[in-house]
This record gives sequence, structure tokens and C-alpha cells, in this order.
Amino acid sequence: MVITNPILQLKKVSISYTPGKNAVEEVSADIAEKKITAIMGPSGCGKSTLLRAINRMHELYPDIKTMGEILLNGKNILKTNPMEVRRMAGMVFQRPNPFPTMSIYDNVIAGYKLNGITLPKQEKDQLVEESLKNVGLWDEVKDSLFKKGTFLSGGQQQRLCIARALSLKPKVLLMDEPTSALDPIATNRIEELLLDLKNEFTILIVTHNMSQAARISDYSMFMYLGHLIEYDETQKMFTNPSDKRTEEYLTGQFG
Amino acid sequence: MRDLIFKRLLSVCCILILLISAGMIYSLVSGSIPALSHYGFFQFIGSTEWDPHPERETYGALSFIVGTLLTSFLALIFCIPFSLPVALFTGEFFRGKKIATFISSIIDLLAGIPSIVYGLWGFYTFRPIIIEMGVNSQGFGVLTSSIILAIMIIPYASSLSGEFISMVPNELKEAAYSLGATRYEVIRTVTFPTAGSGVFASYILALGRALGETMAVTMLIGNTNNLPTSLADTGNTMASIIANQFGEADGLKLSSLIAIGLLLFLITAIINLIAKLIIKKLN
Repeated sequence: MVITNPILQLKKVSISYTPGKNAVEEVSADIAEKKITAIMGPSGCGKSTLLRAINRMHELYPDIKTMGEILLNGKNILKTNPMEVRRMAGMVFQRPNPFPTMSIYDNVIAGYKLNGITLPKQEKDQLVEESLKNVGLWDEVKDSLFKKGTFLSGGQQQRLCIARALSLKPKVLLMDEPTSALDPIATNRIEELLLDLKNEFTILIVTHNMSQAARISDYSMFMYLGHLIEYDETQKMFTNPSDKRTEEYLTGQFG
Repeated sequence: MRDLIFKRLLSVCCILILLISAGMIYSLVSGSIPALSHYGFFQFIGSTEWDPHPERETYGALSFIVGTLLTSFLALIFCIPFSLPVALFTGEFFRGKKIATFISSIIDLLAGIPSIVYGLWGFYTFRPIIIEMGVNSQGFGVLTSSIILAIMIIPYASSLSGEFISMVPNELKEAAYSLGATRYEVIRTVTFPTAGSGVFASYILALGRALGETMAVTMLIGNTNNLPTSLADTGNTMASIIANQFGEADGLKLSSLIAIGLLLFLITAIINLIAKLIIKKLN
């Protein structure tokens, strides 16, 4: 499979938590722009580890080493200022984590506040409204923008976190099992939201939920024991996987 | 059967402790009634007079209340620039590292030094520095005591607030980093506000320590029965006046000292209660 004009390119990316033992082993893949790419695999296969390399989250923990090249718009992010990388690659985490001391409004523009960027009031209002509308939360919270974000339901909190990531207008949105802590209805809403968002954003989503990957993604990766086993169009992978291990995983024989 | 005996035994021990505490409060209250009823409660706490002359005996607690609050709050202020960095060091920058454990055990060691040793050190080593600085001629006073008190409460303030700082969930910090924040920005906008009330409560508990501290302060404050109005002034705290004078006190004077003890107990209890309420609300 060839991806033309990839926005993100992984070139022989290896990641180790302890020296000499790689959790991710020479993964190479091109990621298509404005598509949803799912990363699947059993627990411990390195899928979250790979995702977190893309916004250099691993650097918060000195023992973790990332090798290889990750190109975002052709620029090696491992050689770019990590703060800049993280603004270009937004992240949504497993559990909703709005800042508990901030209001909904402040949570949305937290990226600007944290980076010491002051925007005129009007621009802020517009950004908050636009970001919340993007995630379908505006109508639900427009009258309580100055209440704490932690009063929202889990699904709303997660959408708030997505709005927070989107407000910085990232090139890619990295999602680390974003619905694993949510109930089916909230999960459903997030999935619909992602299908909307891919008109504007490139989404890379780690999921251990195969049917989720099948429902929403255009491309899928299957990882096993740190290796990228198979990477293809989702439809092809789910109907006609080329590797035996992928087939076994997708048919529920392990994982 | 054995369970029952064990349970009874525990209950008896608990009740005994409660009874002892109640007895203590009772003796404090009953001991202070003569003074409080003779001068009236508000007269007693509002007067700076301390005149033990047999014919015109007058006792008021205001100078000592001010002495206690002044030295304790100053100590709290002086301790912040030292305890906050230690808390950040152990709770954020080097969380879980050997060096953090090393630093915090050294700091905890400070908490184990007996008060009298602080007093001695303050008296023989620190006081000459105060004289050298020209604060006053003897080196005793509010400033000297406050600084020693500050050193004494650093371990309490830093270890507890460090704990609260280290409890800030990683996922919140990661969320901030993922938005492109620097470490300083994360500390300023996420770590501190999230740990804020816990850190505040730690400082209130440290303040509670400073309020009741007796020995070192008694050795350094100068023991004069006046209202301190500047850092260079000598004075007395509620604890130090009791320590100084209870030996030769009787009658109204003894009752006044006990009343001061009761007041000190109340102030400390309220301060601790506030801190505990804040911490409880956090959990």
C-alpha cells in the first residue's frame, strides 16, 4: 500500500524503556492526511508507546529512548523543539483529564494560557466557541462556560479535552484509547465526532477495540510484540488480512 | 470470645485517652476561671499590663498573644522561600529519585532535633550574628526567635507540601505538556493550582507548630513583658511566659498563666482544625 503525500512519516522508529530491550522495534509507516488511522494490537504490543513518541511525551521520562526518524510535514520532529512539536501534534488521553482548577472556557484555551500567549478577548471567545462547536459540546455548555470542567460527564469531559487539543489547530491529533473509560453512548458520540473531524484534521487513534477501528478508521496498523505486523486500508485488513497473526487477532484467537 | 476481649480492650484504651484529654481541658478551664472572672475575658486578652507587684497585681495577655502570633507568622513567611523549593525538588523535579529521598530524609532529620538544641545553637551561634548585624545590642528578640522558628518548621512545611505536590496526577501534567507547555509553565499553571490547597494546609499545620514552640523561643526572645512593636524588640510569647514564670507563680498569677495556656491551646486547636478541614475536603 502506498500513501501519497503523507503528513506524517515514521522511519525505523524504535523505542526502549530499558537499554537493549525495545518496546517498539523499527516501525516504519506513512500516515495519510485528513484520514483516520487506527493502531491496534494486544496489550503491551507497543501501540501507545509508538503514539506517544510522535509528540515526544517520552521525553518527560528520562529512561525512555526514541530512535529513528519521525517526519511531520517533512520535518524531523525528533530534532525540533519539543514544545513546538507538541503544539503541532495534539493529544487526547485514555481518561478525560480536564484541568480541575480551570473553567470550561479556560480549559479550551489552556494551550494558549500555558504557552503564555495572550489573545484579545474577542478572539478567545471565538476560539472557544469554534472549538466547542467542533466537538459538539457548545450547545450543552454555552451557559456554563465559567463553571469547572470537572462537573461535566465523562463523555463531555473527553470532548472538552478534544476541544482543548483542537484549539491549538494541530496538524495531527493523537488519541490514546480515548473511549476506553467511557460508556457506549459517549463512545458512540466520540466516534461520530471523529468522522466529522477528519475533514479538517489527521487523526491517529490507538484502540484495543477492533470494531471501533473497523467502524471509523480508513487505515489500520496491527502491532504485535513491538513490531508493525500489518498496515493497510482498514477494509482490506478486516476482510482479507495478509498476515496470519493479524487474522488470528481479528478473529479473536488471541489478544 | 477472644475478639470480644480484644475489642473491649481497645475501647477502654480509647476512652481512657479521651478522658485524659477531657481532664486536661477541664483543669485548664477551671484553673483559668479565677483570673478570667477577676479581670473579665475581654479585659484579660485586651490588656498589655503584666504587673506582679503584690498590692496592684494586674495581668493581661495581649503582649504575649501578639508575641506568639508575630513570631509565628514571621517564621511562616521566612520558611516559605526555603520549604517551597524543597517541596518542588522532592515532589516534582526529582520525584521518586534517590536524591529526593536523600534530601527529604535530611530535612526530616531537622524535625528530630530537640528544641533545646535549636535554642542553644540560636543562643551561641546565631545571636552573635544578629548583634553583628546591629539589630539590637543583645541579639535577643522577635527577629531572632522568628528565624530560628522558621528553621524549625521547614521540615513540616516542606515534607507535607512536597507530598501534595507529588500527588498531582501525572495525567494532568501530561495534558499540559501535550499542549506545548514548558516545565515551569506546567508547575505554575497546573501543579501549583492543583496542589494549592494542600500546600496551603501544610503551611497552616507548620504555623500550628510554630505557635506552640516553647524552649528555643524562650531562650531567644528576651523575656520582657511588653508589647513588641518592631522586629528588633524583645518580648515574650504565650509559651515562653508560662515557661518562665510558672515556677514561682501562685494565686491570681498562676491562674493567669493557666488562662494563657488555655488561650494558646484554643488558638493552636483552631489553626490545626482549619488545616485538617482543608485536607479533608481535598481527599
